[in-house]
Amino acid sequence: MAFRAFAISKNTGISAATLVVLLILAALWAVLSRAEYGSGLGPAEWSAIHFTVVQAALSAGISTLLAVPVARALARRRFTGRGLLVTLLGAPFILPVIVAVLGLLTVFGRAGWLNMALAGVNLPTISIYGLHGVVLAHVFFNLPLATRLLLQAWQTLPAERFRLAAQLDLTPHAVFQSIEWPMLRQILPGTAALIFVMCLTSFAVALTLGGGPRATTIELAIYQAFRFDFDLSRAALLSLVQLVLAGSAAFLALWIIPSVSMGGGQDRARQRWDARGGVQRLMDGIAITIGALFLLLPFGAIITQGLAGLMVTPASVWQSAVTSVGVALCSVAVLLMLALPMAGWIATAKRGSVEAIGLFGIAASPLMVGTGWFILIHPITDPVLFALPVTALVNALMALPFVLRILVPPLRDTVQVYGRLSQALSLQGWPFWRWVVFPRLRPQIGFAMGLTGALSMGDLGVIALFADQDHTTLPLQMYRLMGSYQMEAAAGAALILLALSLGIFWIFDKAGRGHAQA
Amino acid sequence: MKYLTLAATTFLATSAYADTPELVVYTYDSFISDWGPGPVIEKAFEETCACDLKFVGMGDGPALLARLKLEGARSDADIVLGLDTSLIAAAKQTGLFAPTDVTADYDLPIAWNDESFVPYDWGYFAFVHSTDLTPPHNFRELGESDIKIIIQDPRSSTPGLGLLMWIKEAYGNEAPAIWAGLADNIVTVTKGWSEAYGLFLEGEADMVLSYTTSPAYHIIAEEDETKVAAPFDEGHYMQVEVVGKLANSDQSDLAGAFMEFMVSDAAQSVLPTTNWMYPAIMPKDGLPAAFDQSIEPEKALLIPNEAVPALRKEALAEWLSALSQ
Repeated sequence: MAFRAFAISKNTGISAATLVVLLILAALWAVLSRAEYGSGLGPAEWSAIHFTVVQAALSAGISTLLAVPVARALARRRFTGRGLLVTLLGAPFILPVIVAVLGLLTVFGRAGWLNMALAGVNLPTISIYGLHGVVLAHVFFNLPLATRLLLQAWQTLPAERFRLAAQLDLTPHAVFQSIEWPMLRQILPGTAALIFVMCLTSFAVALTLGGGPRATTIELAIYQAFRFDFDLSRAALLSLVQLVLAGSAAFLALWIIPSVSMGGGQDRARQRWDARGGVQRLMDGIAITIGALFLLLPFGAIITQGLAGLMVTPASVWQSAVTSVGVALCSVAVLLMLALPMAGWIATAKRGSVEAIGLFGIAASPLMVGTGWFILIHPITDPVLFALPVTALVNALMALPFVLRILVPPLRDTVQVYGRLSQALSLQGWPFWRWVVFPRLRPQIGFAMGLTGALSMGDLGVIALFADQDHTTLPLQMYRLMGSYQMEAAAGAALILLALSLGIFWIFDKAGRGHAQA
Repeated sequence: MKYLTLAATTFLATSAYADTPELVVYTYDSFISDWGPGPVIEKAFEETCACDLKFVGMGDGPALLARLKLEGARSDADIVLGLDTSLIAAAKQTGLFAPTDVTADYDLPIAWNDESFVPYDWGYFAFVHSTDLTPPHNFRELGESDIKIIIQDPRSSTPGLGLLMWIKEAYGNEAPAIWAGLADNIVTVTKGWSEAYGLFLEGEADMVLSYTTSPAYHIIAEEDETKVAAPFDEGHYMQVEVVGKLANSDQSDLAGAFMEFMVSDAAQSVLPTTNWMYPAIMPKDGLPAAFDQSIEPEKALLIPNEAVPALRKEALAEWLSALSQ
C-alpha cells in the first residue's frame, strides 16, 4: 500500500467508528443483560411498528410533494424578503421539538387560531391529535428541509435551458415536463428517503401529539416499556427492531440521499420567461404565501406568547439554560472528535460503507443508549454525575449522520486535490488537518457545529432519565413547568430555548462562513 | 504544614457534612414543584429532624416504580413517596420495601392495614368540565354523547390506570363495550395528568380525567368557580397515595420519622391546598370551605391491591384493542 499512502491516517477514523459501534452495542448488551422475562412483541407493539412506518411514509410523501410547488415558486420569483424566507426555511429543522409543538398547538389546536377562523365561517374544525397531528408536525419540520433541498436542485438547472425553452416558445407545462421533471425525478426519491428515515425514529412529536394505542411510534413504545412496565426485554427487542428498520432504510437511502447542504447561494432567481403569465404568478404567489404562513405562524405564536411569559419565568429556567448551553458545547466537542476522523476515513476510502456506521447513530434509540449506560454506570458510581456527559454523547451520536453528509463531499475533494502535494511536502496527520483541511472546510465545519449545538440544545430524550433537580436542561425544565401548569412561564422558557438554539446555530455558522467570504 | 492543615480542614469539613444525615425521597414531579407540597414539607421536616431532606422528582407514579426497579437494591433512595393503591402490589413484588409500624387514625373511606405503606392523601377520580357543559351521568351516556374528553395513558400515569380500574370494577365483562363507546370521544391520550389537565385548560377538550377535588384548586387559587366535577352514578374510583420506606435505606430511623411526619398535622394540613387531594387524617382546622363544594360520590369503588396486577393486564389488553380500532 506504500504507493497509495494518504495524508490522512485511517487509524483514528477506524477508532472513532469502532467507538461509536461499541457505545451503542454496549448499551444494548447492558439492557439485555438485565432483561428478566421475555414477553415478546404483542399486538400493541406490532401496531406501533405499523404506525411508525405509516406516519413516516405519509410525512415523507406529503412533505416532499408540497415542497415541489413552494420550491418551484421560490426558484422562479424574486421579491423583497425572499432571502430571509429561504434562510428561515432552515429554522424548523433545528427548532426544539417541544417548542415547535407548543407553537403548532396555538395555531392548529382545538382552540387555536385556525379552528377559530374555521368556526367563524361555519366550517368543520380539524384535530391535531393522533395520526393527523403527528404527520402535521412532521410536515412542519420537514417541508422546509425538503423545500431547501429542492430549491438547491432547481438552482443547478442551467439558465440556458430556460432561455432555449423560451425561444422555442414552450408552454409552462412543456417546460416543466422537459426541464424540471427530469431533475425532480432524480432528487425526489432521495429527499423523501431522508425524511422517511428521520420520521421513523420520531419521539417527542409522538409523545405530545400522538400517544394512546392508535398513535404510538416504536421510540414511544420503547419509552413506555422502560418507564412503566420496566420490561427491559421488550425495550431491547423494540430497540433492535428500530435499529434494523431505521438502519436498513437509512442504508438504502444513503445511495440516493442528496448531500445535505444549507450553504449560501440560493438567493438568486433565474430569468424565467415561461413564468410570466398571470396564472403562473398567481399560483406561485399562493404557494409562497401558504408555505410562509405555515412556517411563520407557529413561530409568531411562540414569540408572542413567550414575550409575555418572560416576565414570570423563574430563576431555575435561567439556571437550566446555562446547563443546556454547556451540554450543547460538550456535544459539539464530542461530535468533532468523532466526526472529523470518521469523515477523513470515509473521504479517503472508496465509496463509504463506513458512512453507514454514522447512520447507526440515528437508528439507535437514544432512550436505549441512555438506559444501557445507566445500567452500566450505576453499579460503579452515581449516574447523576454522568447525566451531562452521557447526554452530550448521545446528542453527538444523533447528529453524526447529518454531519458526515455535510463534511464528506468537500473533504473528499480536498484530499483529491491537495493529497499529492501534501504528500510530497510530508504534510501528514495533524499538520495536514491544520494547514490544508480546516481552512478549506471551515464553512462546513461551522455549519456542522451549529447544527449539532442546536439539535443538542433542544433534545429531551436522555436527560429525563438521568437528571435530578440540580441538573436539568432547558427543555426538561420547560416540560416540568408545563407539568405544573405554569403555561406562561413555559412559554417564556420556550422563547429562551428558541433564541438559544437559533443563536448557537447562527454563531457557529457565521464563524465558519465569515472567514470563507473574507 | 500547609498541606496538613488543608487535609485536616478537608477532613473536618467532610465529617461536619456527614453529621447532617441526608434523607433521600423519590417522588413524582408535581409534588416538588414550587407550587406543590414539597418545599413546605421540606422546610417543616428539616426544622424537626436536624437532617437534610432531599426530594428527587421522577416523573409520574409508574415512572417512580420503574426507576426503583432500574436501581434495585443499590438505590440511594430512603423513601418512596407517591405510589398509589394500584401500584402497591407491583411495588411489593420488588421486595425492596421494609415493613413499617407507623399507624394513625385515618379518615379514609376504607379500612387501612398495609404492613409496608402509609397513606398520606386520597381522592376520587372524576371528569372535570366547565359549568357551561351539561355533563353525562355515567360512562354509557358519555360514550353516546359527542363530548370530547382527554384521558391519561394507563401505562404511564396513575389516573389513567385508575380509569381502567374504574370501568373494570363498574362494568366487569362489559368494560370492552364501554371503551368502544368512549373511543370516539377521546381527543388524545396523554402521558401524565399534567399534560392532560393543561390541554383541557387550553380548551382542547370538554372534559378531562382528574379528581373530584380539582375544582377546589380553581376556587381557592384562582377564584374561578366555573370548573366542576361530574358525578357518575356508577360510583367513583378511589386513589390512595402512599409513602414507603426502602429496606436498604442507610437512614432507617430517619425514614421512619419522615413517615410519621407525613401523617402528622404539620404535613396533613398543607396537603389539601398544595397537592389538591383529601388529607388521610383530617387536620385540626378542618378543610378549606371550597372542599365542601366537591361532589360526594354515591359509591366509592376500589379494587383490592392484590387483585390489581392480574386485572390490570386483562383491562389493559381490552383498552388497547378498543382504542386501536
